[in-house]
Amino acid sequence: MSVTEQTIQPAANIHPIDNLLRADRLPHILCPGCGIGTVIHGYAHAIHASDLSEDQHVCVSGIGCSGRAAGYVNVDSYHATHGRALPFALGIAVHNPDLNVTVISGDGDLTAIGGNHLIHAARRNVNMNVICINNFNYGMTGGQVGPTTPIGAKGSTAPKGAVEHPFNLPYLAQATGAIFVARWTVLHVREFQDAVLRCMNKVGFCFIEVLAPCPTSFGRANKIGDGLHEMEIYRQRCRVENGATNIHELDIDLIDENKSITVGNFVDVDRKPFLV
Amino acid sequence: MPDAAKKTKVKAEARVRTGVHFMLGDHACAEGALAAGLDFFGGYPITPSTEIAEHIAVRLPDVGGRFVQMEDELASMAAIIGASAAGARTLTATSGPGFSLMMENIGLAAMMELPCVVANVQRASPSTGLPTMVGQSDILQARWGSHGDYGIIAYCPDSPQECFDLTVRAFNAADQYRVPVFIMMDEVVGHMTERVVIPPADELPVFERKGPKFPPGEQIFYSYAPDEDLVPPIAHAGDGYKVHMTGLTHDERGYPALNAVAHDKLVNRLVDKIRLNAADIEMYEEIDTDDADTVVVSFGCTARSAIQAVKEARQEGIKCGMIRLITIWPFPETRIRELIEAGNVKRFIVPEVNLGQLRREVERLTHLPVLRLNHAGGAMPTPNEILELIRS
Repeated sequence: MSVTEQTIQPAANIHPIDNLLRADRLPHILCPGCGIGTVIHGYAHAIHASDLSEDQHVCVSGIGCSGRAAGYVNVDSYHATHGRALPFALGIAVHNPDLNVTVISGDGDLTAIGGNHLIHAARRNVNMNVICINNFNYGMTGGQVGPTTPIGAKGSTAPKGAVEHPFNLPYLAQATGAIFVARWTVLHVREFQDAVLRCMNKVGFCFIEVLAPCPTSFGRANKIGDGLHEMEIYRQRCRVENGATNIHELDIDLIDENKSITVGNFVDVDRKPFLV
Repeated sequence: MPDAAKKTKVKAEARVRTGVHFMLGDHACAEGALAAGLDFFGGYPITPSTEIAEHIAVRLPDVGGRFVQMEDELASMAAIIGASAAGARTLTATSGPGFSLMMENIGLAAMMELPCVVANVQRASPSTGLPTMVGQSDILQARWGSHGDYGIIAYCPDSPQECFDLTVRAFNAADQYRVPVFIMMDEVVGHMTERVVIPPADELPVFERKGPKFPPGEQIFYSYAPDEDLVPPIAHAGDGYKVHMTGLTHDERGYPALNAVAHDKLVNRLVDKIRLNAADIEMYEEIDTDDADTVVVSFGCTARSAIQAVKEARQEGIKCGMIRLITIWPFPETRIRELIEAGNVKRFIVPEVNLGQLRREVERLTHLPVLRLNHAGGAMPTPNEILELIRS
């Protein structure tokens, strides 16, 4: 039987989200301890829980480790150029408003090279969900610092520690017009899934920052150890504050052990969406 | 089917302004896009192309399409590719500096094989150059501008009428070959007002994208399994085929295949689907080439001067002819080789508003003299300048 004649065989006793992952692409390329798989898992669960059919979900990614997310979810999925996932997704969302478009990409992709697109997509209030996986560095290229690297944290392009002020992403998203803004970590599996589902049910630009370990690059450079160690940091230092009003103060300092990391669903408002 | 597409069908008549018009070249391009079924325009203002965007901003929403003024040309190009992935017929319009920014995602469109049309109203370059003045400066960039090897199609209209006709054709070619297609206008043609005849809607050529041959879920759909013409059928976002498309080297399923064998196979097909179909794509017009010993090779606004010069030379008894390239890419090299092999031609003349970009293509094909007549931009060769060279 040639490849084109293969039929899709429904397997018995499959897990509810098995159909939402491209099993023929496994094993994935992600490192042990990486948080991106948990994000993909959460997105798949949210699709499963949503009222929409699988065919109405579309996933778009940019470039980088997180950019590979689109390649593992079994919905119509597009792996665009570096930084351009948002305008690519805009084209889909605007042409076919029946589709629920989710962008899963990394902090470097969405906020450095794609930063201009982020603020304008939020300003327009394009109907899409953005899941920004923040691992504080450029993982795929080997651990360079980026716009989310905390001051003092080390990377291969800042061997003595980052000196630039990092973005506070929820503050940026709120200021530029997002109607839903959350920050979670990959430790907060249920909260994250619920937040993604809430985004899918809202019409407009929704933004979730999800902190994820990158033990191979960021963890090793900053003596965080393995992925489990960073999860332990989340467990000890994260403070849930849904509806927090001081978003502008909620910078992340992963290095200073005395500082808490505020997570939660911060913003949930309504504003006229763009061309729906 | 998205609402926009439904409206497109309902309002087909409103899209096509059948009749005889006195129309700006840029507007004729816009009308051509509307007539061809444009669903989505994403663009960024830039002289001398802005009239295309402005005209579409007025017209497109009324016929069920979507106009978005994007934040820059990077986003414009990405947005029209995304909309194309969702099934839209898409256009952006720009000029040199914006064309440079679009190169990144033009490569993505070529790699993902998502049809789209880019109108580039060329101005004098490089860099910011002469924003309001003519150039034919992006001829090689159109072919080679994004990194790597890929095939594209580029048309060069020489009049507002051709701005309309070739824009319709560009949408069909983009869908037929799943490539980005360029309408390489120039400031003279874009800002010229002339008679434009728009035919009835049912007389316009229409090519529908090839879709999957089975319903979703029945089999696995291979987004990049080509037919005999080397072009794969396409399924769109929301159709239910669960496609994956990536700018990475990929296999026929669309999945990343990061090895040299897969890369060689894919890139060769991207080039060959245009190269091997070139005879069906190429368009040119010939005047008095049968016995000509001097052949002027011209395109776009420059052809308007060249045709006058060739006519006057003939009146003086000079055996002179002209081939006007309507597609510059693929370059009609088979026809030019035929002219050379026929033995009459002693020399070519290539007038251009650049320093010899298309001349290189002619030189590549022959050892005969290829005379240059160039302006760097801001002015075009006059009939007299070309005539003097023909007489020389």
